[in-house]
Amino acid sequence: MSINRNLTEEQILLRDTVRKFAEDVIRPQARELDEKEEFSDEITAEMAAMGFLGAFLPGKYGGSELDYVSYIILVEELARVDSSHAATIAAHNSLGAGPLYYYGNEEQKEKYLPKICQGHLWGFGLTEPEAGSDAGNTQTTAVRDGDYWVLNGSKIFITNAGTDMTLGSTVLTVTGENANGKKELTCFLVENGTTGYETKNMKGKLMWRASNTCELYFTDCRVHKSQMLGKRGDGYHQMLGTLDNGRLSIAAMGLGLAQGAFEYALNYAKQRKTFGKPIARHQAIAYKLADIEVGIAHARPYLYEVCRMLDGNERITKEGAIAKLNCSELAHMAANHCVQILGGYGLMKEYDAERFYRDQKLLEIGEGTSEIQRLVISREIGCFD
Amino acid sequence: MNILVCISRVPDTATKVVIGSDGNSIDSQGVKFIVNPYDELAIEEGLRLREKNGGVVTAVTIGTDKSTDVLRTALAMGVDKVILVKGEENPDSFYVAENLAAVAKDENPDLILLGRQSVDFDSLQIPSALGEILGMPSISVVSKLTIEDGKVTAERDIEGGCEIVEASLPCIISAQKGLNEPRYPKLPDIMKSRSKPIDQRDAAAAASRTSIIGMEIPLKQRAGKILTDSDDDINELVRMLHEDAKVI
Ligand SMILES: Cc1cc2nc3c(=O)[nH]c(=O)nc-3n(C[C@H](O)[C@H](O)[C@H](O)COP(=O)(O)OP(=O)(O)OC[C@H]3O[C@@H](n4cnc5c(N)ncnc54)[C@H](O)[C@@H]3O)c2cc1C
Repeated sequence: MSINRNLTEEQILLRDTVRKFAEDVIRPQARELDEKEEFSDEITAEMAAMGFLGAFLPGKYGGSELDYVSYIILVEELARVDSSHAATIAAHNSLGAGPLYYYGNEEQKEKYLPKICQGHLWGFGLTEPEAGSDAGNTQTTAVRDGDYWVLNGSKIFITNAGTDMTLGSTVLTVTGENANGKKELTCFLVENGTTGYETKNMKGKLMWRASNTCELYFTDCRVHKSQMLGKRGDGYHQMLGTLDNGRLSIAAMGLGLAQGAFEYALNYAKQRKTFGKPIARHQAIAYKLADIEVGIAHARPYLYEVCRMLDGNERITKEGAIAKLNCSELAHMAANHCVQILGGYGLMKEYDAERFYRDQKLLEIGEGTSEIQRLVISREIGCFD
Repeated sequence: MNILVCISRVPDTATKVVIGSDGNSIDSQGVKFIVNPYDELAIEEGLRLREKNGGVVTAVTIGTDKSTDVLRTALAMGVDKVILVKGEENPDSFYVAENLAAVAKDENPDLILLGRQSVDFDSLQIPSALGEILGMPSISVVSKLTIEDGKVTAERDIEGGCEIVEASLPCIISAQKGLNEPRYPKLPDIMKSRSKPIDQRDAAAAASRTSIIGMEIPLKQRAGKILTDSDDDINELVRMLHEDAKVI
């Protein structure tokens, strides 16, 4: 089945264009940026000029107006070449632009969306040292003081929050207690440079080393009430809605990585000879490649179908979790086979197999671990009713 | 300036070509088609001239219903309008040139840009044939182009050097690598290309003058030759590079 089956002419052109861009602009630098653990302002600016930053936003804000399938193809094609750059784009669009666009008021949208389409990044600060999978356990507080809210606390692992191109982040805070005794959660839009707000780049990552990951610190940080996203207490459902959609971009990263690892391994297996023939002709190797192909062949149409559901405004809580779980486990399998097929060379930094192998691992952890995806799916199929 | 860019739809150069069951055409099942790479240079040059001098860039292809994809690419890159001439399934160069000439007569361009060749059939005839039919100067394999006050100066790559040719507008130019670096279409322009109209026309009454009666794929790749560092072999290597490969 062709990779382009059931796609429109524009979606195919978009795939070809992004693939070429990733090959020409990102591939030559990917290994070095990974090695140096360096975020590239230049490549990000080039991606912005291509329209990658406001992917699904309307043209009136400077967005590219992609449907969800097209957006997912964009992320997939970047991840086929390099996960770090795919992560910058996926996090910025799904987690940065998404909440601003879906939950922001018109004033907030006009203030921020044109900028974050044109070359500024926006982060999504949900995770805390004590609140990862258990996001309801958020500790960062916001207390009302006249026209301002005063934030105190910290966030961890926040993508895109601390680059020179970052404008700000959406931050989930506790603003009180609900009638049922649970925490009342509210999101604020906090600009970089606000007094009392600091970001610190996290170094020493196993994967996504050319993507920016930050700790955020709030010390009596005063944020004007007009920076509240939606209404007081809306934070929890805003966060869940954002993650529902965001999972699809992580799924796209898994699919793209699997495709990249597959192509890399197949190419190598046809060149490398042992016992007088290319290793692709040893059945044990050929079957590994066949297994990756089977995984990709099932994962891609399913993911695109979930995107079409989202374009049709259907609820995708279960389907998104299935796609995310499936594609990240597929990426795990593909990267593992890829290294195995390269043998000793697969373990060396000179070969991309090694980077695929490291980058893959985040996909089973970020935006809901695989355990949490299984929890979501089992809840959706009625296990706990 | 009114610029007409002629583009063709060719199998992706990375595609493994299979001959159809009729024995004289390419089996298009599973083949990915793209804008002929030399034509991308022609599109880019048209866009740059428009950005500098103003005017309109029109892209045309002689094709079938399937050819809308390459016109969509041209629109996404930034051409103003596109024309699809629907004609024979497997036309020859003369047929294509006749049909391009018919469009040129309607559109009355100051400049016609094409790729130096299509990478599918590689006949290299169309730019010259078009010049003959339209009675226009035609400069082929151009790697640098300047147009000032209606005067065209073109650099052509020739064996071991370059040739500088002058002509006046209207004129036909075929593009060679090095002319420019084609731009990537930007995502919003790709999405907008969806709603732009494609002017569809029927082919002019022309007939191909040749027909393909058979195609073959070479059975074996040329065998490699391994030389050692002996004096004889070094002399042989020099001879092969000079006489067989003709690179020195
Ligand atoms: C590079 C990177 C980028 C990130 N970007 C962002 C970002 O931009 N914004 C953001 O807010 N966050 C971000 N994160 C955070 C990420 O979403 C969290 O790391 C993730 O949700 C897991 O939370 P945790 O690390 O606290 O693990 P924990 O929640 O402590 O989980 C530890 C283990 O326990 C398991 N577990 C937990 N609860 C259960 C349960 N109920 N049942 C079964 N098993 C369970 C988990 O599956 C996991 O295996 C990023 C993380 C990384 C590494």
